[in-house]
Amino acid sequence: MKKCLWLISVIVLCVAGPACAAGPIKIGALFAVTGPAAFLGEPEKNTLELLVKEVNAKGGIKGARIELVSYDTGGDVTKAVQLANKLIKNDHVVAIIGPSTTGETMAVLPIAEKEQVPLISCAAGIKITEPVKKWVFKTPANDHVAAEKILLQAEKLKQKNLALLTVSDSFGASGREQLKQMAGKRGFKIVADEVYSPKDSDMTPQLYKIKAAKPDAIICWGTNPGPAVITRNVQQLGLKVQVYQSHGVASKKFIELAGPDAAEGTVLPAGKLAVYHLLKKNDPQAKLLKEYADSYKKAYGVEASTFGGYAYDGFQLVAGALKKGAVTPAQIRDGIEKNGKMVGISGVFNITPADHNGLDLSAFEMVRIQKGDWALLH
Amino acid sequence: MELLNQITQFVISGLATGAIYALIGLSFAIIFNSTGIINFAQGEFVMLGGVFTIFALNVLKLPILLAIVVAVVATTAVGLAFERLAIRPLKNATPLSLIIITIGASILIRGVVMLLWGKDTQVLPPFSGNTPLEIAGATLLPQHLWIFGVTVLVIVGCRIFFHHTISGKAMRACSFNRKAANLVGISVGRMVLLSFVISSALGSLAGVIIAPLTMTAYDVGVMLGLKGFCAAIMGGMGSGLGTVLGGLILGTLESLGAGLISSGYKDAIAFLILLLILFLRPQGLFKKGETERV
Repeated sequence: MKKCLWLISVIVLCVAGPACAAGPIKIGALFAVTGPAAFLGEPEKNTLELLVKEVNAKGGIKGARIELVSYDTGGDVTKAVQLANKLIKNDHVVAIIGPSTTGETMAVLPIAEKEQVPLISCAAGIKITEPVKKWVFKTPANDHVAAEKILLQAEKLKQKNLALLTVSDSFGASGREQLKQMAGKRGFKIVADEVYSPKDSDMTPQLYKIKAAKPDAIICWGTNPGPAVITRNVQQLGLKVQVYQSHGVASKKFIELAGPDAAEGTVLPAGKLAVYHLLKKNDPQAKLLKEYADSYKKAYGVEASTFGGYAYDGFQLVAGALKKGAVTPAQIRDGIEKNGKMVGISGVFNITPADHNGLDLSAFEMVRIQKGDWALLH
Repeated sequence: MELLNQITQFVISGLATGAIYALIGLSFAIIFNSTGIINFAQGEFVMLGGVFTIFALNVLKLPILLAIVVAVVATTAVGLAFERLAIRPLKNATPLSLIIITIGASILIRGVVMLLWGKDTQVLPPFSGNTPLEIAGATLLPQHLWIFGVTVLVIVGCRIFFHHTISGKAMRACSFNRKAANLVGISVGRMVLLSFVISSALGSLAGVIIAPLTMTAYDVGVMLGLKGFCAAIMGGMGSGLGTVLGGLILGTLESLGAGLISSGYKDAIAFLILLLILFLRPQGLFKKGETERV
């Protein structure tokens, strides 16, 4: 019995110990697969599992199998911190992809910095990579890129007076801040600044107030179902004002929830995945987007979402570094920084030591909802 | 004039939301009165109503009316099973442990629905179109009329049931004094079961009629449940007009608060009211304090 135990512990040590040369490459993942942010975490986890399976089927990277250690944070900051520690100290992962939300990422990033493990966040908050932190990257485009796209469009149409209607969570608060800041700089006037809570079911009071302020356009910033309710309320009140939505609702689900009738004419910045079939043939992302959309649909039977794309890009960044021979966390970090141009799902990345996100305005396309479908705005 | 129009709009949309709170509040009160427990799984019955209807409509391809009936029956079956499996076996449990059980049940129901139907928000088509109606300078949707109509029907129905039928009177007897009710030959166990049946049916009905407006997902029950609880507290946990008024007042104050003060504090207003009432008038807004006879 004693001998047996001894043997087992040797085996365990060998499997778990980082000293084992021929072992698989362990990549950690922290996603909010359950809880309020599950709409982010689920496609992210699915995407990552799909990618790892594909890579391993082709013999891994440089002969080494990839092993994914994935934990569900439930969108809970405390849990995210515990699990990040677990990934680094128990599982000895070489890099972490995730977490899904900005709040969790902000809580986890001091650990990544301290333990010196690269963290590729799938959350959009600008605070994550600004100022630049040595070990932290992120794949979604900054919120301010989407905000800027909307304001550019409003500028083009000479809509001077804007009304804001934002959700009272971190996504909405960040959007509101960016919009207000940029609108001020570009000479817009914010005539109404309203908020709603994520689970609200009737926004007519806010819209009625907005109506009284007579704006040229309404910018709404939130994720489903709030914006869908707002779109219906706008129709109910008979408001004839241009409504802009954020990239947070750039999925067919939004049109379905709001109803094609009410959603008609809504303009929003969308990640290119939502409109890949409309892109020009020479768009650098067109081919990759189609491949991802097809393989996701085949594997899971549902449409791929922009959120899954965040994890896709995160994995490609790590894989890119591994392919160039990186083994340790430090080498992977350097590899990501020196990756150069990389065509991803969220856009064309150009990560540099000064920019740990690497996406610009081209990450989004402005689209208009027409007859229940997307149409590109030019 | 503009302000007056605004206020009419706020009041009308507030009343519509309030009617829902009232329905949910009523279902809280019904269970509380016959068992002395607060069923925190009530919000989940509301959610189930919406989710089942969408399932019956989209997957089973039933016509809307039948889908609603199926949903209400199915939710009632869940309520019945809940009472049989989780409440009844614990004969001598304190109300506190029973309340904790209801919280557990709510988490369980939410989890099962999430696994079966996913995490996406779903929407039910409105019962009679989407063309807004104009009333006194305010606009509302046909669905709002459905909400008002169903709420009034339910209130009238409850009144008749609790005051003019044997079962209803028996349930009220149980709520006044269980032991005495038992002594005169009322089966308290059956009344408890009946209260779960009625309250899950009411909850699911509320869920069905709001689903076209507010959409539904596995987690909508939490907030709705809390707001309904608020309404019931305001009404002093009675199964009558007090709770209905409580719901309507809560909805209107929320809407006026969001419109006239700040939309950021909408939920805060609701819970501030709840706290104030619990501190100042724990017996409810409209009830005289009860004196217990020894």
